Amino acid sequence: MNPIQKVQQELDQIERQVALIEANAGQNEGTRKQLDKLQERVQILREEMKGLQTAWQKTELARHPQRPQTLDYIERLFTDFSEIHGDRSFGDDAAVICGMARFHGEEVLVIGTQKGRDMKQRVYRNFGTPHPEGYRKAIRIMQVAEKFRRPIFTLVDTDGAYPGIHAEERGQAEAIAYNLREMARLEVPIIATVIGVGGSGGALAIAVADRVLMMENSIYSVISPEGCAAIMWRDATKKELAAEAMRITATDLSELGCIDDIVPEPEGGAHRDYEAAANLLDVSLQKHFAELKKMPLPELLSSRYDKFRTMAQYFKTE
Amino acid sequence: MAWFKRESGDLDNSGKKTVRTEGLWVKCEGCRQIIWKKDLEENLNVCPKCQKHFRIDARARLALLLDDNQYETFDGNLSSTDPLKFVDLKAYSSRLRQAEHDTGLKDAVINAQGKLLGRPVIASVMEYAFIGGSMGAVVGEMITRAVERAAETKTPLIIVSASGGARMMEGVISLMQLAKISAALARLDKVKVPYVSVLTDPTTGGVTASFAMLGDLNIAEPGALIGFAGPRVIEQTIRQKLPAGFQRSEFLLEHGMLDAVVHRKEMKPYIARALDFMTAAVSRQPSAVSTS
Ligand SMILES: [Zn+2]
Repeated sequence: MNPIQKVQQELDQIERQVALIEANAGQNEGTRKQLDKLQERVQILREEMKGLQTAWQKTELARHPQRPQTLDYIERLFTDFSEIHGDRSFGDDAAVICGMARFHGEEVLVIGTQKGRDMKQRVYRNFGTPHPEGYRKAIRIMQVAEKFRRPIFTLVDTDGAYPGIHAEERGQAEAIAYNLREMARLEVPIIATVIGVGGSGGALAIAVADRVLMMENSIYSVISPEGCAAIMWRDATKKELAAEAMRITATDLSELGCIDDIVPEPEGGAHRDYEAAANLLDVSLQKHFAELKKMPLPELLSSRYDKFRTMAQYFKTE
Repeated sequence: MAWFKRESGDLDNSGKKTVRTEGLWVKCEGCRQIIWKKDLEENLNVCPKCQKHFRIDARARLALLLDDNQYETFDGNLSSTDPLKFVDLKAYSSRLRQAEHDTGLKDAVINAQGKLLGRPVIASVMEYAFIGGSMGAVVGEMITRAVERAAETKTPLIIVSASGGARMMEGVISLMQLAKISAALARLDKVKVPYVSVLTDPTTGGVTASFAMLGDLNIAEPGALIGFAGPRVIEQTIRQKLPAGFQRSEFLLEHGMLDAVVHRKEMKPYIARALDFMTAAVSRQPSAVSTS
């Protein structure tokens, strides 16, 4: 029996117990206390259950075709959204959406990768995998936001930067590298949220931020579980093993000190209730935004630097 | 001892032809010709016939770049803690032990301080033989420290890349090194200390997508494989064969992604010349670059 089944078994047992108590005894002080105690236990077990979901189950939730995407959140969290297009050099990448918006009345910049839902949209959005011009558009507009002191919110949901001939020709690596360096020193608050899939450097290129949040059922990894399995196990079907070994869930990232906070999702995942998911994200964004707004600029910049400087320092000195 | 000496001498004489051919010849993958290993080594491991640049290890690279092969190393005492306790077909911990045994290094980079044609420099040189030059927490920290040391002491920085990218066995920890190093490079940029990035065969993945592409100059050796995604990943994605020369130095130069492709023989004077351009003039050895 795996740990999930064990928890499920206990939950089933409690359910039977509750039914028995309710059937046999009337409402008195003793039974109420007993029932309260069982209710408490149920809460604990439900939490445990969430934690016990395998990394692969989380991966499937993070990639769920009905999971809310960047545009779904923009619609619910921001007002007066006006899109800004193009990198002023090569083209406009539909995999990356940028625009001016208002967050609870305040002028902000929103940037996110959009996977698209139906096949037509997916093709148009290149399945949410940006080309260099997408990253260049993003940083170009971030620098406009910086000039006018507008905070930046990014929403990350991408399998990664697109691996193709033209992407390489136009300098995919350079585009990502440039964003990493420039985001590190942008003189405005930045909050990045991984809403679905945080796919490697292609995700990080819009996620060097003062606060990096992950939705409860999102993943963030250096390579997809399938890719890792193909390389390390020489067998792409070992994706579940790879997902587990790489530690890619929000809880993992939090424990490893690579993110700042986890945003809870509605029961069963964000795809079950878009409004509830957006509300939960809103609460978290407001909290972090309020904290960042209080910080003087030099402190904001130095703490962003220090965060990444001391992050993931897993080594020993002999 | 005498009998052994004599016998080995005898063996050398009698089996001259067979003994000398084994391990003393190398087939060049560039021109398919058989070349003397000694000739190759004397030519800085560049094929004398077709100029193919063979891979060299980090120590050979330092010997090539720094005057009289004299330099001080630092941060060489850092080693991985295997933070994910990663096991695939093999345990990462045993891969680390093997790599350490094979290279004599604790991870895939050497940090050194020395002189390049008389100019003080800090050099971080990656070692491809150490788990494909992959970048985990140790490489990330060492390169960051080299960047910081360059900024603090106002010493020009040279990073020589040779890497398959992020180290999968350290998962997202390796990914975060990209952000860390890039942030440090933003500070180096701000204090206007020169940084020359040298890309060698191969430089791909997260290394290209961070510090390797962030030099004031990004220069490469001829024929080096340089890219974000590996050629196999691209082929699988687009289901097409890749054009000849794709992702090689010359291809990147043609597409405006490199500042120069520099022959191994010219690398040292080229960098010296670049440092002259980027730093205030003081008396130093001339940086003669042949303009052939
Ligand atoms: Zn040759």
